[in-house]
This record gives sequence, C-alpha cells and structure tokens, in this order.
Amino acid sequence: MNEPLLPPIGMLAELTHRCPLQCPYCSNPLELLKANRELDTQTWLDLFSQAADLGILQVHLSGGEPTLRRDLDQLIAGLSARGVYTNLITAGVGIAEGRIEAFAEAGLDHLQLSFQGARPATTDRIGNHKGGHEKKLETARRARAAGLPLTINAPIHRHNIEEVPEFIDLALSLGAERLEIANVQYAGWALTNRDQLMPERAAVDRQAEIVAAARERLTGIMNIDFVTPDYFAIYPKPCMGGWARDAFMVAPDGTVLPCHAAQTIPSLSFERFGPRSLAEIWRNSPAFNAFRGTDWMQQPCRSCERREIDWGGCRCQAMAIAGDAAATDPACAKSPIHARMAMLIDEAQRAAAVPSPGEQFVYRRIGVVTEPA
Amino acid sequence: MTALRERALVSSRSMPSLPKHVRIQYDPVRQAFAVLSPEKIFWPNDISLDILRRCDGRSTVGHIIAELAADYDAEQEAVAADVVAFLQEWSDKLLVKL
Repeated sequence: MNEPLLPPIGMLAELTHRCPLQCPYCSNPLELLKANRELDTQTWLDLFSQAADLGILQVHLSGGEPTLRRDLDQLIAGLSARGVYTNLITAGVGIAEGRIEAFAEAGLDHLQLSFQGARPATTDRIGNHKGGHEKKLETARRARAAGLPLTINAPIHRHNIEEVPEFIDLALSLGAERLEIANVQYAGWALTNRDQLMPERAAVDRQAEIVAAARERLTGIMNIDFVTPDYFAIYPKPCMGGWARDAFMVAPDGTVLPCHAAQTIPSLSFERFGPRSLAEIWRNSPAFNAFRGTDWMQQPCRSCERREIDWGGCRCQAMAIAGDAAATDPACAKSPIHARMAMLIDEAQRAAAVPSPGEQFVYRRIGVVTEPA
Repeated sequence: MTALRERALVSSRSMPSLPKHVRIQYDPVRQAFAVLSPEKIFWPNDISLDILRRCDGRSTVGHIIAELAADYDAEQEAVAADVVAFLQEWSDKLLVKL
C-alpha cells in the first residue's frame, strides 16, 4: 500500500509573519514570530537552491506580507535563476514605488493579490487597515502595468459572502486572469474567530450557484477557483494534496512543515532548515512520515474507496474537532462525528446573533494570544 | 476594460501563443517536460507537447495542423479535429492565447 516517495513539486515560503493587515482568519499560527526570528537572505537562497535540487517547480512567496522583506527581489532572482516558477502572494498595501517593477524584472512569474472585501469599507474593516482597499486597487494596476499576470484572492466568510458577485466584477475590472473565491479554512486565527466568521447555510448555497453561473459565463475570460467551505461539505478536501505528498511549507524561522497548521498537532515535532537539509527533512522527518500515504489511517478511511482521493482530509481539522490527528476529517460524511460540523455551524449562528458592543473579531497581531484580551 | 474581454474561439487563422504566466520547462528531476502555470503544473504527453511548442504567436493553427500531419504521417482532418479541440480547451483555461 505504501507508494514510493516522490519528489515534492510545490513549496510555500512564509518569508515573514510581519503584516500591515490584521485579518481575523489569518492562516499563520497564533504565536507569530518577530522579525529577529526570520531567516536571512543567504539562508533563504540556500534553501531555495536545495528546493530546486529536490524537484520543487513552484514556490509561493507568502507571509505575513512578503514585500516587507527588503531582499524580496533578490529572493525572486535566486528562484528564477533555477527556473522555479514564482508566485507572490501579497496583501498589496504599502509597496514602495518601483518595487513591483523590480520584482517583475527579477523574474516574478505571477502575482496574487488579496481583497478582504469587494467594497472599500469591508476591506478596510476586515484587514483593520484604513485606506487598504484603495492601495490594493493601485497595486493591481501597477502589477498589470508591469506585465505581471494577476490572480485576485477573496477569502470568504459571513461578512463578505454577499459580495461574491462584486468580487467577480472587481477581478474582471482589474484585468485578472484568475479569481479565487476561497472560503475561510477554520485553522489558525480563523479557528479563534470561527463563531464570528461562519456563514449561514443559505448564503453558502447561494454562493455556490453564483460561482457556478459565473464560471460558465466567464469560460475563456477569467478562471474562477472555488474553495468550498469544509463545514458544509460531504467529503473532505485532499488537504495539501495529501500530507507531505507533493508539497510543504517553510515558516519564517526555517521550520519545515507539511501544512500551515501542523504545529497544532501536539504529538509532532518539526525540524528547521539549517541544522538539517531540505532533502533529509522531506525524506526522514518523523512528522512528515506520520501521516504519509495510507498506512496511518483508521476506519472509516482505511477501507474507503476515496482514501487516495482525499487522503483522509485535513489532519489539523481532525485534531481540532475530533481531538485525534489520525481520525477521519470530520468534514467527511463518513466520520462518526460529522454531525458535530452542523452543530458548530448552529453554535456560530447563535453566537453571532448576540449583540455586543464594539468589534467582535480577535484581530491578528503579534503577541495578542499571550496577553489577556 | 471589462467589456473588451471575450472568449476566444479557435480558427485555422488563429496564431496561438503561450501567455506570460505559462511556460514549458524540462524538469531534470523527473526527466519530463512540465507546463508551469499559476497554481497547476501539467505533464503533457508527446502530442500535446508538440502542439504547445508550436504555439509561438507566429504560426497559424492551419500551419500547425499541416506540420503535425506531416510529422505523424496522419490525415489532416483527423489531426485538425484534435488540435482544434486541444487548443480550445487550453484557451478556455487561459493557458493558451489565441
């Protein structure tokens, strides 16, 4: 049943946890790293070179806000020299004059720009950054002017799910080739803010119809990727394409992880690049091998005909909701605790219905989780 | 800007090219040609690769069909149907520009 270990294809590099936005669903861990923990330029370049040797063809440069790294153009150039496809994932606020052009010059292949809302007030509120929307529009224009292909990323939750048609118009008006309508995944900060973010079932159903119709209408004009919300699902997603199967990520301090939220699984410990090479970690890290393939699976996954389609779903969601990282992802209708998902949706609706003064989000900030709110 | 964009349809006079966000690259690790795009990586078979390599923005679809028919020693009509269907599919996914 164990297949041979294949080389990884994709890597997400979280260059920094610093970010001008404070989105309450950020996929970064609750314990954010400060700038003094970040790898230096040469270490990232060494890591990228090892990644290319290992078979990585595509690197997503992310954060935090990756453009806060002053060496970003150098990092792009390093990847580009190795023929690695580079995708910059940016919030698009506060990027100094000339830098987007410098990224393009360094060989950047593609730019992905997030919009927290299709309306300025929504973007500014969700990111807790005044004037953010206008800056993002400007970033999109500059990216297009620099000849960069553009994806608009829209993380969806109860406060902007009704804006989906406007997101589609916005992405078209900005000349984007792609739009991601990405329902928030409840890990990291989104798990903390789940009750405030969870959409209503009727809104989720409407959204699915709107996206299906837009995809049909926009065939050959703009691609729409639709990341559906797990809590409303019947089958789980093949999270990361399967644990440590063809992709991994690196945290700002060089910790190599199978996925964003892997550090929420207390039984696992993770290794850092530097003390160990990327190839060693990919092949031999006990954390990477913990949920690789299908041998670790319990029932109902073990005998399920979909076990190599969804690879048991998300290990971190199993940890968060079932309390067992090796359990079937509760998003799956075959999970013995699948009904818990519907209960959590209902709980969120009740919690959100209670009026409370002031902002209800726990905004993403360095140090916020270690201090009493 | 919105109004200017519409779905492109393949004709024998189309001159397909790869958009800037798509490139063909040999991968020494897997010893195969990959097509790299923003989120996906494709591993085209020999025939797909032969079509994509000819998408240079100068050759017409008619010319590409004639060349492939000669290379594969096949009927032009049969080749034409496959090439047109392939290019329309790739254009619809915005992986080929017409």
